[in-house]
Parts: sequence; structure tokens; C-alpha cells
Amino acid sequence: MSTVLDGLSLGAIYALIALGYTMVYGIAKMLNFAHGDIIMVGAYAIFVTLAAGGHVGIALLVAVLMCVVFGIVIEKVAYRPLRGASPLAVLITAIGVSYLLQSVAQIIFGAKAQTVSIVSFGTVKIASAEISVSSLITLVVGAVIMAALTLFVKNTRTGRAMLAVSEDRGAAQLMGINVNRIIMITFAIGSALAAFASIFYLMQIPSTEPTLGSMPGIKAFTAAVIGGIGSIPGAMIGGVLLGVIEKICLSVPVLAPYTTAVEFAMLILILLVRPIGLLGKKRREKV
Amino acid sequence: MAKLKRIKISDYFCYLIVGAVMIGSFIVAQTGNLPRSYSNLLVQVAYSIILAVSLNLVVGFLGELSLGHAGFMCVGAYMGSYLAMQLSAVVDNKLIVLIVSMLAGGLLAAFFGLLVGLPALRLKGDYLAIVTLAFGEIVRTIFKNMSVFGKAMGLSTQSIKYDTRQDTSLYLVSFATVLVVLFLVQNLVRSKHGRAITAIRDNEIAAKAMGINVTFYKLFVFVIAAFFAGMAGVIYGHYTTPVLYSFFSYNYSIEILVMVVLGGMASINGSIIAAALITFINFQLQSHLSGDLAALKYLIYALILIVLVIFNNAPKLAPIKDKVSPKAMFEKIRAHKRKPGDIRGDKSDWRVIPTKIRMDEVLSVDLQQGNDYTPDKPNKGGN
Amino acid sequence: MSEVVLKTENLGISFGGLKAVDNVNIEIKRKQLYGLVGPNGAGKTTVFNLLTGVYQPTTGCFYLNGEKLTGKTQEQINHKGIARTFQNIRLFNNMSVIRNVLVGLHNQPEFKCNPFVSLLRLPRHFKVEKAMRERAKEILRIFDLEDERNNLACNLPYGKQRKLEIARALATNPKLLLLDEPAAGMNPHETEDLMNIIRRIRDEFDLTILLIEHDMKFVSGLCDEITVLNFGTVLAQGKTEDALNDPEVIKAYIGE
Repeated sequence: MSTVLDGLSLGAIYALIALGYTMVYGIAKMLNFAHGDIIMVGAYAIFVTLAAGGHVGIALLVAVLMCVVFGIVIEKVAYRPLRGASPLAVLITAIGVSYLLQSVAQIIFGAKAQTVSIVSFGTVKIASAEISVSSLITLVVGAVIMAALTLFVKNTRTGRAMLAVSEDRGAAQLMGINVNRIIMITFAIGSALAAFASIFYLMQIPSTEPTLGSMPGIKAFTAAVIGGIGSIPGAMIGGVLLGVIEKICLSVPVLAPYTTAVEFAMLILILLVRPIGLLGKKRREKV
Repeated sequence: MAKLKRIKISDYFCYLIVGAVMIGSFIVAQTGNLPRSYSNLLVQVAYSIILAVSLNLVVGFLGELSLGHAGFMCVGAYMGSYLAMQLSAVVDNKLIVLIVSMLAGGLLAAFFGLLVGLPALRLKGDYLAIVTLAFGEIVRTIFKNMSVFGKAMGLSTQSIKYDTRQDTSLYLVSFATVLVVLFLVQNLVRSKHGRAITAIRDNEIAAKAMGINVTFYKLFVFVIAAFFAGMAGVIYGHYTTPVLYSFFSYNYSIEILVMVVLGGMASINGSIIAAALITFINFQLQSHLSGDLAALKYLIYALILIVLVIFNNAPKLAPIKDKVSPKAMFEKIRAHKRKPGDIRGDKSDWRVIPTKIRMDEVLSVDLQQGNDYTPDKPNKGGN
Repeated sequence: MSEVVLKTENLGISFGGLKAVDNVNIEIKRKQLYGLVGPNGAGKTTVFNLLTGVYQPTTGCFYLNGEKLTGKTQEQINHKGIARTFQNIRLFNNMSVIRNVLVGLHNQPEFKCNPFVSLLRLPRHFKVEKAMRERAKEILRIFDLEDERNNLACNLPYGKQRKLEIARALATNPKLLLLDEPAAGMNPHETEDLMNIIRRIRDEFDLTILLIEHDMKFVSGLCDEITVLNFGTVLAQGKTEDALNDPEVIKAYIGE
């Protein structure tokens, strides 16, 4: 029981990251490999603000701000020039950006993990299972963010423009939608979500290091694929599912060392059997 | 036809340079002046070249991104070295053990290449890249947990390791292997099969319509590339001990990719030079930097990836690129010899990452609209 | 002359309930030049995609020289003798002109060469490569592209790209050649030239040709029989002049 709950709160973090992936993939049609490292940026932003004596609230604000700025700048400098180039070129650049962020962080802060304690809430007892309050908060806030995002995409002008761009970029452009602006907004939102993910991450594991984001990043991408890339509810379901599976694997002694392998095997299987994921839409290549 | 028969130095450039380094260092070694660290470096350069050239087959010629190349090397290193250790108890000749285990390690890696090639039949681009990454991590995790291979301690290859203090012949064997690999790869890409592979890269739909067996060639490339990477792994197992799973992380796959990107897509000569260069830089950084500054290596990689890829692929930078790139200058010098626009070989611009799927084509198709909905745009001037 | 090369029976495909092509019956005789016309979105290219195995038909089937090819893959269908060109040109842009044709020659039985033979550069490899080049040059000569053989395919002018695509398709030694708007974007002079080439390759290679074209002068000058499609269904069929003068066809094109 507590394993599943742990999995749920881990899954909520994955889901938040996966949302960023899925939005960027759906709208900009690129795999933003550096997305995981934005979480690391957020974590260090919190670390620095707290170390400078800032209040926790301010630290969270700074984290969101920094992530958004990073997201926008990266998009503008690294990805925008490649609009129209091969998707692989964009992917390789994204890998480069990921390396850039990690190595700069290591040069500035060192490879050593730094302790960042935001707040500790302790635990509560629900139905004989002990769970940490931060897990609960993660779950609730995560769900709220996702609901808000869904409403935003469905009901606002910008949201609908996003849908249009993801459907057919060329046509959207002809309809007078500023595609570059929409993609920039997408990156901003995705990065803000990554900032929230970093906050929740630190609430559960209070330390940060330069490679903090890379594994959760890849796993969140796995989650996004499982849920069906481009689909917001899919990212949520995929994230939560992956979180639960990871925690269950870790709790079974035989499987525990193979947890990562199991998750990646799932990714491969899903891609082979149902490449569009659980909730994805089918597209066919045109001749 | 006379033109065809003329020997072009650039066709044999790779053999010349590799052979020259091999013979040169052999002569220096005979005089006893070859520093030990340099014979180490030479082995590293050799297996890096094999890795880079074989990855270039997948990325540059087939046009698929593989982020799990280190995984194949991992298979070769663990299994080939294990076999070599068993063999060396029976067979006395070190060279035979190395060659046999290299073939066996290569074959086992090739089998894994086949496994990874299967998804490649259904997936493309980003998805396939992530599958290869996942594959590399899975392989690593499995080897990490197998007690035969020493679990988290790694496989100790002390018994087969070439002690570079006494025996410097490993780099000779490695370079000979490089020559063999180059010979095979060059022959492949310059044959009708190489043409079929580049045709798949350039336009898979058209290649299928021309009756090219896309399934076969995709698997073939993955298998061949994995085979060579496995051989590189066996060399690695003979060079260092222990063979440790953590070495073959996805960071190492990226390092090989950096070599390919730096050397140029579908450019074998480029891959050789870039592999040597990156290995050399690494070697120097390792001996001069320590601690957190080691991240400098990744900073360099990051800059290579970002700057080169954007410079070579950004549509808007194309006019500038045409003016300032070394290739353009080279062309200018030779312009009087050839008609403008003439090219040799398949590479129009070997730095550009090949496009297989044009985004706007694949991703904007709505089947509800039927299929004749195609804007009548002439597909001129490349992608 | 009466030998039937291509025969389709109730060929149809639907996407998400929409019938893109419905109940198409075509019979093309050997060495015939057959036209497939119709307004935009009528399903002409979809018919091509069905005949080349890009899509599998939801209903019906088709036969080449009496052999049922429905359900085969694109590669298999090409080996059986159907080759095509594309509406939006799909050349191997980063390869030279001659290499484009060489790829087309890849599967010809006389040029068979095991990959391992090539890997080791055995004598067979050189023999095959040389023979392939000669053959490719012959084909390029027909299309007046021989002098451009070392140019990059994407650097060719548009009209020549279209011709190269036909040359490449021809290299696969087809019995039936499908041309998707071969004259699109060509000037009148080039169109005239193309018509002559099409007739010439039909005779020289014993070809049967099915073509899609919007240029009615081109169609009526070349094809003796046509099928007119509209909204995926056959509107009229038969001798070119009769079919084009069919009141239904005029209505579909001009409106009432």
C-alpha cells in the first residue's frame, strides 16, 4: 500500500516532467533532450537562493523564473535556427544542450551532491500506511496543475493555437498564427512545469547534483511515450504508471537491481507493439 | 572510363594515414623511444576509430541515430574478454586468442545488433534513438548484475591484459584491425549495397518503390555496425582491467556520436581524424585535469554538438556556410579541374545530418482528408 | 495487342469511413498508354498507392499479367514489375544523377551480387559495378541526361528531375510504369519532348504505361483510353475523346 502511494507521488513528478516533453514534442515536433536538465537548473536555483538566505517562497519563485528563462533562451538560441532541418539534427543539438547544462553546473557547483532542505512536513497515517505529507502535496498539486493545463489548452486562444500548430504547422502559419511565439510559449510552460517538478523532487529527495535531471528526464520521456506522445492526459497516466511500476520493482528484491532495465524494456515494448502509446493519435506517413 | 580508373588519393587516404601512424609508431617503438603512455593512447585511438566509423555507418549512411553504440561495445568487451580468458588457458598464442575472441565478441554483439535492428524496422528518428539508448542501458544493467561477470566489481581481465610495460604489440594488432574494418566499410559504402543504404537514407519511400529491400539493409547495417563495435570492445578488454559496466554508459555512446558529428556525416576519413582528435584531447585532459574540471570534457562535447550541428544544418545559415566552410574553399581551389556542381560519391554535403523524414510531411498528415491532398510544391534543392 | 497487363477488380480503400477510392475497375492492355484523370482529390494518387502496395486495399484486388498482387509489399510489387514516379518528386537528392539510376538497377538479376562479395571486393563486384554503370548510362542517354550524370540530383532543373525520376523507375525493368503527373511544371516544349520520350520507351521497353495528368492536351495526345475519377469513384471510362466529352465529366470539371 505505501509502495503504491510512494509510486504515485514519484509518478506525479514523472508526470509533470512528461507533460513538458509531450507538449514540446506535440507542438515543436522535437525531442527536447535537455528538458530533464531544466529540473536540475530549478534545483540549483532553489539551492542558491536558500544559501543566500532567501525565504523558501522566494526560492520557489526564483526556480520557476530561472527555468522559464532557460527554456526560452535554449529554444531561441539552439532550436529555432534548426526549424525545418532534420529532426535528428535537432535531437543531437538537444543532447548537446543537455551536456552543456550539466557540465556548466558541475564546473560551477561541483559534482558533489548538495543538500537542499526546503521544508519537512513529516508523515501522516492513512489506513495503517505511513506516508509523507510531501508525497500527498506532490500528488494534489500535480493533479491541479495538470487539470489547469488541460483547461488552458482547451479554452484559451493561445491553447487552441497550440493545438493548431501541433496539428499542422504550415496551415497554422497560414491562418495567421505566430508559430515561433507559440513554440516559445510551449517551452516556457514546459520549463515552468519542470520547475515544479524540481520543487517536488527536492521535497522528496533533498539534495541536488549536476546529473539530477538526466535519469528522471529519460524516464519521464518513457512515461510520455507510454501515455502517447502529444497527449496531456496520456502523459499523466504514463507518469503515474511508471512511478508505481518503479516503486513496485524496487520493493521486489529479485527485480530491484533491474528496475531501470524493466522500465526501458517497457518503453521498447510499447514502442514496438503500440508506437502511439495508450492515448496517442495515429498518423501515417504520406506518399 | 579512363577517369574511373585513375587512382584517387582521397579514396585511399584512410588506409594511408592509419598505416603511416602504425608503421611510424612501430619504428619509434623499435628504437625504444615510444613512451608507454603513447602506446596506450594508440590503442585508445584504434578502438575509437572502429567505434566512430561503425557508428557513422548507422548515422551517416543509414540516417538513423543510435544512442546505444556503447552497448554493443559492452557486449563485446564482457563476452569476448570472458571467452579470451577461457581460451588463454588452453591456447598458448596470445595473438590467436585475441583474434578468435574478437571474432566471437563481434558476432555476439552482432546478434544484439540484430535485436536492436528489429525495432528499427518499425521506428524512425527520435523514437528509434530513444530505443537504442534504452537498449544500451538495459545491456549495461544486465551485465552489472551477472555474477559470472563480477557484478558491480566488473570483469577482471588481468589474465589476458597486455601489460604495456613489456608488451607493446596490442596497438599493432589494434591498428591492423582498424585497417581491416576500414577496408570492409569502404568496400561496403562504395558498392551497390552502399548505394542502396544511402538511398534509404535519402528517401525511404522512393527506395521502397525502387524495390530496395529496406528491411534487409536496415538490419544489415545494424548488425555490421554492432559487429565492429563488439570487436572494439574486445580490444578494450585486452587493454584495460576490469571491464566495468559504468564505462559503457550512454555518455560514452554520446562521445562516439561527437566523433561522428565532428568528422562529418558519412565521411569515413572525417570519422578517423575526429576519433583520433577526441581521444587525444581526452587523454590530455585526463592527465592534466582532475575533479570537477573534468566536466570541461563534456563542455567541449556540448559545444561541438551544438555549434557544428547548428552551423551545418540551420537553413538560414546555409548561404554563409557555403562561403566560409573548408569544403567550399577546397572546391574553389579545385574548381578549374572539374565542372561546377559535379560531385564524386554520394555525399553532397557530408556535414549535414541526413533527413529521412521531413517533419512537415510525416507529422501533418491527416488521413481524414484523403491522400490526394498534397500541396503541389516541387521538391527542389534538397530538403 | 489484346493481352491484359493490369486488371483491377472493385479496387477500393477507405480511411476512417471515408471512401477515398471505391469500386475502381480498370483493364489495361499491353503497350497501352492509359490515362487516369480527375479533379484534385479524386483519388488518383491513392489508386497509384494501392497499385504499388503503399496502401492495402480495403476491397477488391488487382492483377498484373494475371498474377494477383494484392497484399504484397512495395518491394515485392516492384520486383513483379510495377514501377512508379511520384507526384511530389522523390529523388535521392544527395546522390548524383547516375547513382539514382543505379539504385533503380539494384535488383536486376544480371546485377546480383552478394553483400559479402562486395565487402571483400571479389572480382564479381567490379564486373557488376562496371556493367551497372554502362546500363545506367544507356538509360540516361534516352532521357538526354547522360551529360548530367555526375550532377547532384537536387541541382537539376525541375523538368530534368521529372525525367530522371522516370529513368530511375525504368531502371527497375518494369512491365507496367505508373507516372504521377509527369508533365507537371514543364513548359510546352519540355512537355512535347516528354511525350516523345514516353512513346519511345513504351516501344523500346515493351512497356505498358498508366499516367495521371491534368494537362488534357497531354492526355489526349498520348492516351487512347482513360478513366475519369471523381470523389473516388469512376465517372467515365473508355476512349479518351468519348470519356472527356461525357456530360458527367464536363459537369465535374466545370460545374453546372
